[in-house]
Amino acid sequence: MLSIDSLHVSYGGVQAVRGISMEIPDGKVVAVLGSNGAGKTTLLRAISGTLKLHRGRVESGSVSFDGAELTGRDPAETVRMGLVQVPEGRRIFGRLTVEENLRAGGMGSKDKTAKAKAQQRVFELFPVLQERSAQRGGLLSGGEQQMLAIGRALMASPKLLLLDEPSLGLAPRIIGQIGEVIAEINRQGTSVLLVEQNATMALGVADLAYVLDVGEVSLSGDARELARTDEVQRLYLGHDSEEAHAAPRVASGRTLTRWTS
Amino acid sequence: MTQFLSLLLNGVSLGAIYALIALGFVIIFKASEVVSFTQGSLLLLGAYTIARLSHPLGFWLAALAGIVVTALAALLVERLIINRLRGAPVISLAIVTIGVDIILLTELIRRIGSDILNVPHPWGGRSFRIGDVGISQNRLIAILVAGVLIAIFFAAFKYSSWGVAMRASAEDGETAALMGIRLGRVSALAWVVAGALAAVAALFLVGAPTPGVSPSVYSVSLRAFPAAILGGLDSTGGALVGGLLIGITESLAAGYQDQLLFLGRGFGDVVPYVVMIIVLLVRPSGLFGTKELTRV
Ligand SMILES: Nc1ncnc2c1ncn2[C@@H]1O[C@H](COP(=O)(O)OP(=O)(O)O)[C@@H](O)[C@H]1O
Ligand SMILES: [Mg+2]
Repeated sequence: MLSIDSLHVSYGGVQAVRGISMEIPDGKVVAVLGSNGAGKTTLLRAISGTLKLHRGRVESGSVSFDGAELTGRDPAETVRMGLVQVPEGRRIFGRLTVEENLRAGGMGSKDKTAKAKAQQRVFELFPVLQERSAQRGGLLSGGEQQMLAIGRALMASPKLLLLDEPSLGLAPRIIGQIGEVIAEINRQGTSVLLVEQNATMALGVADLAYVLDVGEVSLSGDARELARTDEVQRLYLGHDSEEAHAAPRVASGRTLTRWTS
Repeated sequence: MTQFLSLLLNGVSLGAIYALIALGFVIIFKASEVVSFTQGSLLLLGAYTIARLSHPLGFWLAALAGIVVTALAALLVERLIINRLRGAPVISLAIVTIGVDIILLTELIRRIGSDILNVPHPWGGRSFRIGDVGISQNRLIAILVAGVLIAIFFAAFKYSSWGVAMRASAEDGETAALMGIRLGRVSALAWVVAGALAAVAALFLVGAPTPGVSPSVYSVSLRAFPAAILGGLDSTGGALVGGLLIGITESLAAGYQDQLLFLGRGFGDVVPYVVMIIVLLVRPSGLFGTKELTRV
């Protein structure tokens, strides 16, 4: 289980995450929703150990995985502990072939059999990657690149997969496929932390969800129930507030934890 | 014609040596985003170590020791300085490496003094001839050794895990780190390889027809910089082509200098830089490069 406890992160004095606490239980898909600048990517950086590359730092609070503290570790260590992040915007290695991209994904471990197994799993999930394995990553379509980015991360056989806006810039049909893939990866036993602006897809696959607003958790709870609240309907599911009021309301105090700062 | 072929052959051999140095320069740039000007003094360190140790240890052990010492020195520069300055502007890092180069060079010049240290190559100063085309055995062996090393280097760069890690980090360091690739290790290894390649280049640069180890070896090694830059700072293939191009033009310009007198005496010494300037005027990122140096 990943536990985040009163996490504060800042970039050179500017606070981007202000006291976030959340839990990602084993075997679950947890969605984190929030608009641009809410602090979603910063949260993932704090988990994966890449804050330093952006001159950001954890000011206080903790991030721990199965009891082991993650703050202060470097990204390679985090990968070896079983947490792998798929970065926002896919960031595949465009000049490397698909096969080399996958090889790069397995670079954190020396276990050859585990890597062979992981590769087989990736090719079963994404047959297109096997067909294109000798092609340069940069020549794939956007959807294929996202699949490669996810496949590449799976090469490290993560216990927890961190996805940063996998739907970004993709057509609705492809977004649907990504959602199915996430559900399948989770069925195979990998926990998922899914950061999204596309709430429809995210709440469709997630068990639990958190809503971030300017660096703080504003709402959290069961994903399906959260999808029915006014706030989420209005802000993230594109319904206007009248419609949301007409929808059956969930008593926020009972099933949802409302966070106040 | 025979003169031309001799000059060409000698140019290829010189070019192969430049290519070794330039390759080091390029992989350092790819792995740590540093334009490193330490190659010249590292090369001289290799030459000096080989010459000094040849007496007690014999040539082969001394050569091995020279390669190890130079690789370690490069590693030390990376660990103690470059690694700690990660994130500093590219231009500051370049100037830091110039500083390191000057410090190391000054110390080496002081130690070498006005002597010319001799390196007892087993192949001595003999030359090799096919008909009238001649080349020193030293330079001929240089072509073979450099050829083999460059081939191994390219194969490793393309197929080994080191090569994949190296290319992935060069393309997108943060994402490579997210995949569990240790950027620090990739960078350190690049410096080690660059140091070792410089020492191998030194081994041949101080043999016939060059008299031995003297500070002037340093200025010869500097010609690998225009080689790397005209090939494209981030292109390993470019380092090879650039090295050969510089070696060949330099050799031809020196050989035909009587015919080229209208360009001034000693044109052979400046020709590498002239070639570099012309290439960069046409292609600012070099023949095969993708990044321009102005990306600072
Ligand atoms: N490298 C950085 N340097 C300074 N500020 C940053 C950096 N990255 C993000 N921020 C700031 O932190 C806040 C959260 O950004 P981010 O985590 O990228 O949000 P999201 O991923 O939800 O869009 C924003 O105000 C953003 O401007
Ligand atoms: Mg983001």
